[in-house]
Amino acid sequence: MAKKGWKKLSPGGLVTEAGSSVEYQTGTWRSWRPVVDRTKCNYCLRCWAYCPDGSVLVEDGRVVGVDLDHCKGCGICACECPQQAITMVEEIKAKLEES
Amino acid sequence: MTLKLSDAVKEQDLLAPGHRACLGCAEPTIVRQILHAIEGPVIVASPTGCLEIITTPFPATAWRVPWIHVAFENVASVLSGVETAYRVLRKKGKIADRDITFVAFAGDGATYDIGLQFLSGAMERGHKFVYVCLNNEAYMNTGIQRSSATPLGAWTTTTPVGKGVPGKKHIRKDITGIMVAHNIPYVAQAAPHAWRDLMAKARKAAKADGPSFINVLTPCARGWRYEPGDTMAISRLATETYMWPLFEVEAGKWRLNAMPEKKPVAEWFKSQRRFAHLLWPENKGVLADIQQKIDHDWDVLLKRCG
Amino acid sequence: MSHVAEYVQGEAVALEGDFVVAEAMRQINPDVVAAYPITPQTEIVQKFSEFVANGEVDTEFIAVESEFAAMSATIGAAAAGARAMTATCGAGLALMWEMLWCASGMRIPIVMTVVNRSLSAPLNILTDQTDMMASRDTGWLQIYAENHQEAYDNTLQAVRICSHPDIKIPIMAGLAGFVLGHTLGRVEILPDDVVRKFVGEHHQDHPLLDLAHPVTIGAFDHHDNFFEHKRQQWEAFDNALKIIPEIGEEFGRLTGRYYGHVDPYCLDDADLVIVIIGSGAGALRAAIDEMRADGAKVGMLKLRTFRPFPADAVADALRGKKAIAVMDRVTCFGGEGTPTFAEVCQALFTRNIDTKVVNYIYGVGGRDTVPAEFCQVYADLLHVAETGNTAPVRRYLGLRDF
Repeated sequence: MAKKGWKKLSPGGLVTEAGSSVEYQTGTWRSWRPVVDRTKCNYCLRCWAYCPDGSVLVEDGRVVGVDLDHCKGCGICACECPQQAITMVEEIKAKLEES
Repeated sequence: MTLKLSDAVKEQDLLAPGHRACLGCAEPTIVRQILHAIEGPVIVASPTGCLEIITTPFPATAWRVPWIHVAFENVASVLSGVETAYRVLRKKGKIADRDITFVAFAGDGATYDIGLQFLSGAMERGHKFVYVCLNNEAYMNTGIQRSSATPLGAWTTTTPVGKGVPGKKHIRKDITGIMVAHNIPYVAQAAPHAWRDLMAKARKAAKADGPSFINVLTPCARGWRYEPGDTMAISRLATETYMWPLFEVEAGKWRLNAMPEKKPVAEWFKSQRRFAHLLWPENKGVLADIQQKIDHDWDVLLKRCG
Repeated sequence: MSHVAEYVQGEAVALEGDFVVAEAMRQINPDVVAAYPITPQTEIVQKFSEFVANGEVDTEFIAVESEFAAMSATIGAAAAGARAMTATCGAGLALMWEMLWCASGMRIPIVMTVVNRSLSAPLNILTDQTDMMASRDTGWLQIYAENHQEAYDNTLQAVRICSHPDIKIPIMAGLAGFVLGHTLGRVEILPDDVVRKFVGEHHQDHPLLDLAHPVTIGAFDHHDNFFEHKRQQWEAFDNALKIIPEIGEEFGRLTGRYYGHVDPYCLDDADLVIVIIGSGAGALRAAIDEMRADGAKVGMLKLRTFRPFPADAVADALRGKKAIAVMDRVTCFGGEGTPTFAEVCQALFTRNIDTKVVNYIYGVGGRDTVPAEFCQVYADLLHVAETGNTAPVRRYLGLRDF
């Protein structure tokens, strides 16, 4: 995205577009990727509560996956899941498997 | 209304992803939990620090609520001004007649040290806002320098472990006690692994008839030197070793929220490399002193909580 | 200047300078005032607190615990969408120095009265202009009052100036501590409804309290945006150069008292000019009257606006003069001369105006300057004009120089 000159730039550090950080893909930071075994998940939603990046995807109260655009692969979810439903796999391997 | 994650999950996160927090940082977790817990509209203020930096690199922002940052020391004063403007403009009918909760998310540096005057002034004047201290026990954003929240014996870059000096020589400032001494309606200590307790406290604080203060232990993988995925486990260990008791003080009445089975403080020190030197044989005395202090503080707390 | 048929008649009263400002604030009726007492500003906050206690204003007054907190809370209130004012001076202004940069960098319109006081050390609570002059770089607009009437008029105009959509920079309005602040002066106070109409309703773009449009105020810049943000502040200063006299003209059409950037006195046929800011202009005026009665061709150029520095107005007024003395009531160190002197010289030099300029430091730490001393300056200027010799550049008026 081309940078704005002073005439068009929002003055004084004001940002009017709420939540615009979503455009930045922190998922590119990942070295490890969480993989959710949905058969083991008991919907306690602790992973959702603990995720620093709001990257646990929940639909109708059930964990359906991970927001790969933003998940940084910290591993808190895998560590905390009481059902051990989440495993961390190497990002490189996961990417290779995808392609 | 009981706090349920299955309800909370239906509301959009008021802190958006894409912020630049380190892997496993507890700060955005705590912010997410608290903003889900508080009912009604929220306006947030932050001082300079990790949270402010990771969430607002111009021209992006992770905040989906109104948010203001001015400087390092003065979030309590800034929020005093915001809260006052809100009361005046609401009274004059210039803004909608609805309740807004004001929340400060501030690091321990901004709270215990450089911002203490401003915090004290705001508390004394009775401004109605929730002050959440994101306590990672050092000035983390500038590279892990000690604050007065840094525990005894901890390594930081300004309390390094040198020849014969085992890290920080001074005990933590009792900021929670200082806040209680200001006679504000609600003071609490919380930790992110205990999400239900933290969220209940945030909701209570938001409803307090005056200022409230919640000191939240915020494990930091970078500064405390542990693996990022262990953040919640570390948080849990802090309460289990009695390093970080969970309690609340409502209108001066103390109440303990958790009485876990006690683990020796050596467990705590084993879990993070900022304390590794405290397990060396030559520091056995320091370790014993610290255990004694923790035991003493716990007894005092138990007595206060009746 | 065209004269309208009728100017609004104010009520003539005798008031202490600080009370004049408090009265102006009462009429403006800001939403929030956050202030900390410091001599000789205290009378303002004390009097204003009385207005609050008696319900004569709708203002919420935050009795903060330091000047740093005062400016912080004022910024917070203004960013939220309130009309916010404060007052301080001397060490208080120094204490909030970091916040001055934040207020201006965040483009928050705030009116702050500065009851000009010296800076320690040694501790001195009396008047000089060091407090405001030493913060001339902080991105605030700065105007000064010569007397009680100007203190009143400046406070009202300041509200309009700082919040003008093409400006949005906070403003300091200075008046001399004790000399104006604590003395009685004759002031025409306008009717409340006239003031209300002149200052108008407060409007803030993107207030924090607008829940429907959540904004982030105070994001941080990397190297990629900071310069552009600062360039915007320069633009606002350039706009203020134009707008301050426009508002002064509007005020003049209302009251008969017209304001611009500078106030010339007996300049037309003057060969020698003394440039001055603030209350000292009163004593200088008296000296000039005396000297003119003796046939001296001397005049005064009083600067009302210091920031933005009105270089064109100053240069136009001083073009063709033979010798100029620039008075600075400051303890600003390290330059060959002091700030006003430096900026006057720059204005002349860049416009290729060839003349002689010398610098006088006077009246610091509350030292009184009497008309006879200004007559001495005139005598010096005569010598400068005759000989063309400006040495020494920096002179001290009224110093026990032994």
